[in-house]
Amino acid sequence: MANSTNTDKNRWAAGVTPYAQMGYWQPDYIPQDTDILCAFRIVPQDGVDPIEAAAAVAGESSTATWTVVWTDRLTAHEHYQAKAYQVSAIPGTDQFLAYIAYDIDLFEEGSIANLTSSIIGNVFSFKALKSLRLEDMRIPLHYVKTFLGPAHGVVMEREYLDKYGRPLLGATTKPKLGLSARNYGRVVYEALSGGLDFTKDDENINSQPFMRWRDRFLYVMEAVNRAIAATGEIKGHYLNVTAATMEDMYERADFAKSLGSVVVMIDLTVGYTAIQSMANWARKNGVILHLHRAGHGTYTRQKTHGVSFRVISKWMRLSGIDHIHAGTVVGKLEGDPHMIHGYYDTLRLPYIPTNPLNGIYFDQDWGSMPAVMPVASGGIHAGQMHLLLHHLGEDVIFQFGGGTIGHPLGIASGATANRVALEAMILARNEGRDYLSEGPDILNAAAKWSPALRAALEIWKDVTFDFESTDTPDVLATPTL
Amino acid sequence: MAFHLTQGTFSYLPPLSDDQIKRQIQYALDHDWPLSVEYTDDPHPRNTYWLMWELPMFDQKDPAAIFYEVQQCRKAYPYHYIRLNAYDRHLGRQTVALSFIVQRPGVEPGFRLLRQEGPDRQIHYTIESYATMKPEGERYTE
Repeated sequence: MANSTNTDKNRWAAGVTPYAQMGYWQPDYIPQDTDILCAFRIVPQDGVDPIEAAAAVAGESSTATWTVVWTDRLTAHEHYQAKAYQVSAIPGTDQFLAYIAYDIDLFEEGSIANLTSSIIGNVFSFKALKSLRLEDMRIPLHYVKTFLGPAHGVVMEREYLDKYGRPLLGATTKPKLGLSARNYGRVVYEALSGGLDFTKDDENINSQPFMRWRDRFLYVMEAVNRAIAATGEIKGHYLNVTAATMEDMYERADFAKSLGSVVVMIDLTVGYTAIQSMANWARKNGVILHLHRAGHGTYTRQKTHGVSFRVISKWMRLSGIDHIHAGTVVGKLEGDPHMIHGYYDTLRLPYIPTNPLNGIYFDQDWGSMPAVMPVASGGIHAGQMHLLLHHLGEDVIFQFGGGTIGHPLGIASGATANRVALEAMILARNEGRDYLSEGPDILNAAAKWSPALRAALEIWKDVTFDFESTDTPDVLATPTL
Repeated sequence: MAFHLTQGTFSYLPPLSDDQIKRQIQYALDHDWPLSVEYTDDPHPRNTYWLMWELPMFDQKDPAAIFYEVQQCRKAYPYHYIRLNAYDRHLGRQTVALSFIVQRPGVEPGFRLLRQEGPDRQIHYTIESYATMKPEGERYTE
């Protein structure tokens, strides 16, 4: 780095030249419309110049190695070098924000694996940095168009399910582990026939000794079909096909399809390539693809190191999934309200303008790529319906696991309570009422004629999860709801 | 428990009053979503194409006039299911925005679940409305 290299040396002389002098720092560079742009939060080691650190990130995530190589001169290296073009200090911290531009030619068309191997490859282990975080990424429409995007998308999913004008409702089967296939199907039947649209396998339900996948699929589909007959409404259960190999996943997904399931599920832990393969499968077979973001907190949560979830959201929209868990604002899991609005916008809107308050660093144009349905799950209940609708909008799945299955009158009543609360809130909103401030009144009025909702409001009335968020915008620190 | 068809946005609420229906119509019009009336006596959830009561009312901005069409449809088909759809033509959407039932038969017999048992414990399911075992037009009489 800067301390150990000769800054007067010829660019091409053998030995070590600072990254900034090798072309990776170009403060006058004007990004092209086709460039992939990244915003990194960097914390250089003590004594390391932030500009050199930014140039090093640009270098290590594109063409550079630690020393000069003459073979660079066999290439149009200026074209392939990433360019750090702006570095700014974040007031009150030891952090800097570095903007880096990458030419589109650096990346294979339609490959999240290739994109990420460059951008979050070696560079995250780079010794000269204390920490590094990929905050946001502008994916140019030219590169967006090399992906097919969501296998179905929000519009097709709504038409497929015949459900309009309201968020969808789901529940994760609990307990997560230990139920036999027969008992598991009971939970599914009660929740769906009580009024939910979907039930869900949890991320760690795959094929364990207490319940093998094939047995689960058979009992679940009995429950799903019974619930469809009981209500005259399309229902589904996210059958988790996550497995050790692609061959296993295809086998399970094919079986789910042959049983008539409208949806299958995978975990983020299967990896980007497997996700894209399963998206192709889902598109080809007409089955909705749900993604559970298992593991993301290991790299998305801390503000100074890792990858922001808004970047993961972008990669996942490209990769072709139809659903993704994206936070609740009010529930038990990490999520600053502004950050979550940023994730939801990223997943759903066709065009997202720069908005520092929501953590959006770049304008993002998705062209006509379909939207992903975000899923809000984790510690939410019927009494929060006005807050959920206010923060998360209409194209979303509210998933009440404990908030359905833990209902004192039974699982079906828990499901009914959620559906009544939701429809009452939508009706009131559409009638022009200030549903956010009148939310509790709207729910209490519905509870007068709905014993199920009454019991839900009574038992969970005081439950909130009021903790500070770790990942907040720099612009304005706001308290977590 | 008696069968109750739960398709549509508001099926878990008590039946909407005429005033409540008019307020939903106003909400749709405020969003520039034209409304249309559809009816059927085949409530199968995969019966996408309910019969159209005339064409979608692209140019009708008067909630009373739209509600009048609901009333006319009710008069003509007093025992059918009737729904009101609001349509969003915006780029990136171009689909139904809101769809709710505004009339249902007095007696809903529900669905029969048929199981076709195959090898390896596989079962193929199909559902059939008890009402549709009769010909169209003779299915709901109260």
